[in-house]
Amino acid sequence: MIEWTGVIVQGVLLGGLYALFAAGLSLIFGVMRLVNIAHGDLIILAAYMGLTTTVMLGVHPFLALLIVMPVMAGLGYVLQRGILNQTLGDDILPPLLVTFGLSVIIQNALLETYTADPRKLDGGGIEVASIDMGGLAIGVLPLMTFLIAVAVIAGLQFIFYRTALGRGFRAVSDNQDIAQLMGLNKAHVFGLAMALALAVVAIAGILLGMRTSFDPAIGGGRLIFGFEAVIIGGLGNLWGTLAGGVILGVAQTIGAKIDPGFQILAGHIAFLIVLAVRPNGLLPRVEH
Amino acid sequence: MSAATVTRSTRASRIAMVLGLLGLVVLAAAPWWAGRADLRLMGEIYLYLSLACLWNLMAGYAGLVSVGQQAYVGFGGYMLFALTVFAGLNPVVAILVGALLAAAISIPIATLIFRLKGAYFAIGTWVVAEVFRLSFAQIQALGGGSGSSLPVAVVKELGAKKAAREATSYWLALGAAVIVLFAVYFFLRSRRGLALTAIRDSEVAASGLGIDIWRTKLEVYVVTSAFTAIIGGLIFLQKLRISPDAAFSVNDWTAFVIFIVVIGGIGTLEGPIIGTLLFFALREVLADYGTIYLMVLGLVAIVVMLKAPKGVWGLIRDRYDLELFPLSYRVRQKD
Repeated sequence: MIEWTGVIVQGVLLGGLYALFAAGLSLIFGVMRLVNIAHGDLIILAAYMGLTTTVMLGVHPFLALLIVMPVMAGLGYVLQRGILNQTLGDDILPPLLVTFGLSVIIQNALLETYTADPRKLDGGGIEVASIDMGGLAIGVLPLMTFLIAVAVIAGLQFIFYRTALGRGFRAVSDNQDIAQLMGLNKAHVFGLAMALALAVVAIAGILLGMRTSFDPAIGGGRLIFGFEAVIIGGLGNLWGTLAGGVILGVAQTIGAKIDPGFQILAGHIAFLIVLAVRPNGLLPRVEH
Repeated sequence: MSAATVTRSTRASRIAMVLGLLGLVVLAAAPWWAGRADLRLMGEIYLYLSLACLWNLMAGYAGLVSVGQQAYVGFGGYMLFALTVFAGLNPVVAILVGALLAAAISIPIATLIFRLKGAYFAIGTWVVAEVFRLSFAQIQALGGGSGSSLPVAVVKELGAKKAAREATSYWLALGAAVIVLFAVYFFLRSRRGLALTAIRDSEVAASGLGIDIWRTKLEVYVVTSAFTAIIGGLIFLQKLRISPDAAFSVNDWTAFVIFIVVIGGIGTLEGPIIGTLLFFALREVLADYGTIYLMVLGLVAIVVMLKAPKGVWGLIRDRYDLELFPLSYRVRQKD
């Protein structure tokens, strides 16, 4: 019994990481209906940036965030205004294809720079530390990841509904042309949304890098996990995304408990079941 | 006033047909004039051309932008191995049976992933491909995660001698490409093709005219899946070895194919042909640079999408009003 409780708790905490993968995806889809195929590769790029920062400056990965987050945010803004804004429109193919191209470019640039060897961020012992809760050992890093995910989603929720920036996001999301008429520069608003999304990607990348080893090829898999969390939770609902991440995480740890080779497959199957039973996700946004 | 007539074929399309048939005869004779390496390369070109045509039919005409076609490439490949090894079928028969199985399995998959719209449909197809990859990796009889090779006895059924086998494999690839090209062409010229083109131009208007959009898209998805499985079978008949990572590779069987179609010109029949030739030309030139080559390919695809979204063939067509496969109608004034 305690064994299975442990499996479920691990899954819930893993779900925090998946919610972080998903939050950026959900944010940019909500604001500009863009699905970024390179999202997973950007997470891996952030992890490598964290690696370079920690090695060069000799700092802890959490401190490296002070550099990686602004750099990724800046990259997001430039990417959006320089390239992605040109792809937005009724046709879904241009953004899909351009981000697919970006994905291939990022993957191979990382391969060229860092080789295909798996790397890991050194968290200084935090990865193996655990706290005892009534006979249940809970990893410190997974617990922190989950709490950070909750904080990030609460923060995004706050930005969306309580700040002028968030009002801009919601305005362009509702109607781009009218928002433009009201004096918002939508190209700039989209740039800020992508910057915010990639700041979250930076956090996700650093936490991923401390948790497991990574290599340039694993971006696609991370994109899929994030995407599954978004769809399970329901499009356009950030708290739903957290719930989606948790369901995916629990499905994976239960699958891994049954058979280690079954971990990822169990997550995909959970996603397909949700798609079959509740095609709009578990907590879809209420349409006005 | 003069009477107007409507025609489909043009002088250019008739010339192209004659040249195309002559070219086909020359290519069919390749085992007698080409070296082994060239034969192999040409076989690969035909198979990529087929994949590009099929993806173009889905994305360019039916609006089904899939990034998960590797699911059916890998499925076709694995069915070739499973049916020859365990059911003792002839390789060609195994590939055809594999296509039927792919069509059967694509129907429940379509009912599930058609619930996702636009770009989310695209990633949904990728999830399906991952499910296929992980499932086949679990089957120990087919080599599990490390894969397996086609037994010598099965390979010998294609021809006792190596040269004969390579020629057979080449003709199969050429035949598949010709069949795919003609199937797509005649499909687009048919009543259903017209419905499909209407859907491509405006879903709302098409459904207003009584076209069952969901059903038309389903038909395209199922037929494309079956053909993609055939091509997958032929790909791994050339390679003689299969593993889950190679069979369900998103880069090899989808990313490259998408780049080919977009660079050549999406939504046209000529585009995939031009794209395939450009893709292989680029690959032969930059083959020694490995990762740089892939980055250049990604960059070219991005630039084409942003600057010339209709691709190379789109540029040529706009400039010269050329159409090699007569699909559109032209109104002519008679003097």
